[in-house]
Amino acid sequence: MSFGMGKYEMDEVRLIIGAMVILSGATALLVVVPYLLLKDLPPSPGLKPYTALQLEGRQSYIANGCVYCHSQQPRDSALAPDDTRGWGRASVAADYAYDTPHLLGTMRTGPDLLNIGARQPSRDWHLGHLYAPRAYTPGSIMPAYPYLFTVRQGSAQPGDVVVNQPPAFAKPGQVVVAKPEALALVEYLISLDRTRPALQPLPVPAADDDQASR
Amino acid sequence: MDFAVSVLLGTFILSVLVLFIFIASMAKGLFGSGAAAVQIFDGDEIGAVEDPAATKAQRGNLQQAMDPSSSASQRTAREVATRLRADQSSSLVVGVCLTMSVVWLVLASLAGLIASLKLHLPDWLVEQAWITFGRIRPMHLNLVAYGWCSMAGIGVAIWLIPRLLKTELVGARYALAGGALWSIGVAAGTVAIALGQSDGLEWLEFPWQIDILLVIGGALVGFPLWLTLLKRKVEHLYVSVWYIGAGLLWFPVLFLVANWPGLHFGVQQATMNWWFAHNVLGLWFTPLALAASYYFIPKVLGKPIHSYNLSLLGFWSLAFFYSQVGGHHLIGGPVPSWLITISIVQSMMMVVPVIAVAINQHLTVAGNFRALLYSPTLRFIVLGAMMYTAASVQGSLQALRSVNAVTHFTHYTVAHAHLGLYGFYSMVMFGSIYFIMPRVMKWEWPFPWMISAHFWLVVGGFAIYFIGLSFGGWYQGLAMLNKDVPFMDSVRLTIPYLEARSLGGAIMTLGHLVFAAHFVMMGWKFGPRRLGAALLASPDAVPDATSAAAPARTGVPA
Repeated sequence: MSFGMGKYEMDEVRLIIGAMVILSGATALLVVVPYLLLKDLPPSPGLKPYTALQLEGRQSYIANGCVYCHSQQPRDSALAPDDTRGWGRASVAADYAYDTPHLLGTMRTGPDLLNIGARQPSRDWHLGHLYAPRAYTPGSIMPAYPYLFTVRQGSAQPGDVVVNQPPAFAKPGQVVVAKPEALALVEYLISLDRTRPALQPLPVPAADDDQASR
Repeated sequence: MDFAVSVLLGTFILSVLVLFIFIASMAKGLFGSGAAAVQIFDGDEIGAVEDPAATKAQRGNLQQAMDPSSSASQRTAREVATRLRADQSSSLVVGVCLTMSVVWLVLASLAGLIASLKLHLPDWLVEQAWITFGRIRPMHLNLVAYGWCSMAGIGVAIWLIPRLLKTELVGARYALAGGALWSIGVAAGTVAIALGQSDGLEWLEFPWQIDILLVIGGALVGFPLWLTLLKRKVEHLYVSVWYIGAGLLWFPVLFLVANWPGLHFGVQQATMNWWFAHNVLGLWFTPLALAASYYFIPKVLGKPIHSYNLSLLGFWSLAFFYSQVGGHHLIGGPVPSWLITISIVQSMMMVVPVIAVAINQHLTVAGNFRALLYSPTLRFIVLGAMMYTAASVQGSLQALRSVNAVTHFTHYTVAHAHLGLYGFYSMVMFGSIYFIMPRVMKWEWPFPWMISAHFWLVVGGFAIYFIGLSFGGWYQGLAMLNKDVPFMDSVRLTIPYLEARSLGGAIMTLGHLVFAAHFVMMGWKFGPRRLGAALLASPDAVPDATSAAAPARTGVPA
């Protein structure tokens, strides 16, 4: 292709090779090396795979875009007071062994949720908060999710999971019933708990149940 | 640890080496004007201004401001014919792509505005799942990125390539089919997000099955452009061609690797995510917009770019440094610290290509700022080029750990993203579309006041948007870093700034509606008939042009 190019000119061949070599380098660095480093990493001690119901809830977390306001990556206390806020210790790669797709997030319009199950384990709280966020957290800008619930006139039917609302917010003669999607989502939220130590304790004291080798 | 240190050291040495080559070559006076820089001009065109979006009076003033001595350019019939044939070969597909891009722009603006309002009106429009914040926000992002920005960029690239290579577009039909498939993919992907079928990764929400449409569509656009490149009738590749050519190679690799189902996992997926999301900006959108501004700034002014070889350095250093900066999105996250450090170092090194581009583009304009008064195209593009410098410098600073500690996880980052993709990219695309459409339609923009209205609305709206959100985000970050401030305070204090953002966004959306209305009027050839300004050559020159079929291997014009 090149006909009499100047010394500093370039032609298509140089363009293709140069562009691809550079991109390969970046890909190796940011995609391939992490792949090799992390592919055989065992889960952090005591971390269990999600149950089918929790995974269903995780899918709902993805579908409704919770990740656009909530991160799942507490930072080290040297960088930010995440731990002081009760969001948990700095997370490590092994904490995400079962997290695909990853939901690390980039925004904290709301608080970090990696350990929400540890600091708020109540199903009732979560259901009520999803239905009417401002009834539970004054000033919250989280959207309400009425479409995850059914409002029934009269009383609940057998098998219904009824959402408790603060008296000021409840409407008389109505019950709010959680749809299965809401129950799954809350099941997932409650499962979020990475508060165990990231490293295996030294084997000197009487070790507890988790003995998986590193 | 040895591995980490050696990688870091290697990166650093390489980076510094590049910098020294840069400085040394500058000192040797290597960075003079190259032959390829004048390639975009035919015959006597240097000194002759060109802006099809300008009125007759504006063009007169523009010419007066630039080079009063130069009369209308004298080009040979063959030169005119070559350019006309290049333009004609691409005009249908360019028209279709740009029309689609405007459709996506309007939809994306509305989605963005709704998302913005929802942040301070959290009980507004909550009954339907598809319009909840967590769905309308990614719909906005994807409509912007793959709808408006990609379609506009592809349209501009398809128009530039035949022109710059003085070669008719090869396989325009395939490019047309590609643009159509791509658009179908964007529509389907957006609906999928609305229905909750997101893949869950930011910038990669479209389900991978739908991504296949974008891959095939992109390939159908990319191959004709590369085939045109290989059949080129010019000797030198103008800088815009490198950017477009490389972008067309980079994007498919990024998109395929990132969307490959079942390949990525956990934290590795997070690093991949930001490798993709930052490279789609750096190696796809940025090259397309730089290609456009490297063409239109000198073209409108009738003056070659300041230093051609400097643009060469800008290109390669952009490719090298930009491609590795993605890790700075994970500062403080559960990823290896060497990876983040490399990304921070390269983020700082981004100053090199940014300065190279800044010197080149701003010095080309410097001393001719009056031209901005008269050229609608230039007004958008020069402002966009300035925003590129601003966004890049801001991005480098934001990658510093100390700054990032404040800005990470806040609205500040959102404002920064808009400075890049809106202040820079979209502005350049607006300007390019104003230049290109009169050539495509052989029709003038009917109402010059609408171009001014569009400009001032988007500039004013964006100023409110950016300034408001940047301050709000910064204060939000400071509040979150202070352990004595309750988290809810960091939410509460952002509300006025979020409202300002909605106001700014509404004004921007209004500007886009003006733009879209004007675009439609032009499409219907509505409005006063003022033919002449929009035409490349007088109508009688056209039949003569088509007969001059001899291939012109024009290298450096005489």
